[in-house]
Amino acid sequence: MKTISTTNAASATGLMSILFVALIGATVLFVAGHAQSATLHDAAHDMRHATGFPCH
Amino acid sequence: MIRKLLTGGVVAGFAAGLLGALLHFAFIQELILLGEEYESGARVHFQAHGEPDDAGMQAGHDHGAHDHSGHDHGGGDGEETSTIVRNGLTVLFTGLIYAGYGLILVAGFALAEHFGRRIGTAEAILWGIAGFVSFQLAPAMGLAPELPGSVAADLGARQAWWLGTVIATAGGIALLAYGRGVVWWVLAGALLAAPHVIGAPHLDEYYGVAPPEVAAEFAARVLGVGLVVWTVLGWLAGSLWQRESA
Repeated sequence: MKTISTTNAASATGLMSILFVALIGATVLFVAGHAQSATLHDAAHDMRHATGFPCH
Repeated sequence: MIRKLLTGGVVAGFAAGLLGALLHFAFIQELILLGEEYESGARVHFQAHGEPDDAGMQAGHDHGAHDHSGHDHGGGDGEETSTIVRNGLTVLFTGLIYAGYGLILVAGFALAEHFGRRIGTAEAILWGIAGFVSFQLAPAMGLAPELPGSVAADLGARQAWWLGTVIATAGGIALLAYGRGVVWWVLAGALLAAPHVIGAPHLDEYYGVAPPEVAAEFAARVLGVGLVVWTVLGWLAGSLWQRESA
């Protein structure tokens, strides 16, 4: 019983870590690729055009 | 676990992004600058009466018009500095965007391992190519990479369609690759097709001022560079993943 709950806890942590990393990746994509503040847009402009993000 | 994922994703992503920046300046930047000359009116593709603008195409006229256009890429002392800053930011943000892709990719590797599937280097390269299809090729089928000087529909609607297409395509490819049985494959096909059945937001008419030849070359080069960089990203992330988990 104890072993099972430990394993479940370990898997749960693993999934949380994976989700956390994926979320950081998605946040980076949103900030660099989609956010429309003027400064960010200008700084990321050429990259957005060159990687196929909708830009203007 | 988190540290391993973060390091692997960021290192592989940033390295691939640097290659991406190199290819950007070799193939893409010149077309962006050319598109901007049409966007700002420094160059004119066709005049109002529909004749090619011979005079406007002459180099001398172009530079004259450009220097006095007041556009922020105009001549003078500021040009060199702003070009350096502009290109530096492009390198930085290309590294950043691929670091973001890298993080999502290694999160995927970890998820596969969580369900008992070790991702080797060869499979990681395929994941990289699948990432290219999901993040660039499939969205480009509805919203072609935009050359400056082209005009498109409402930004929010395009971003929403872009995001939906990325998620549906990645999900569809994952089901196609790892789903077992006809039901999964049918679902995969539906996910892959859905964004294109729904259709990307478009304007009723075309208002672009840049020549279609430039826009076509731009789109082709963007996709070619994207494929190369994503393939390298898959390979790098896979190699690091292998080494870390050995």
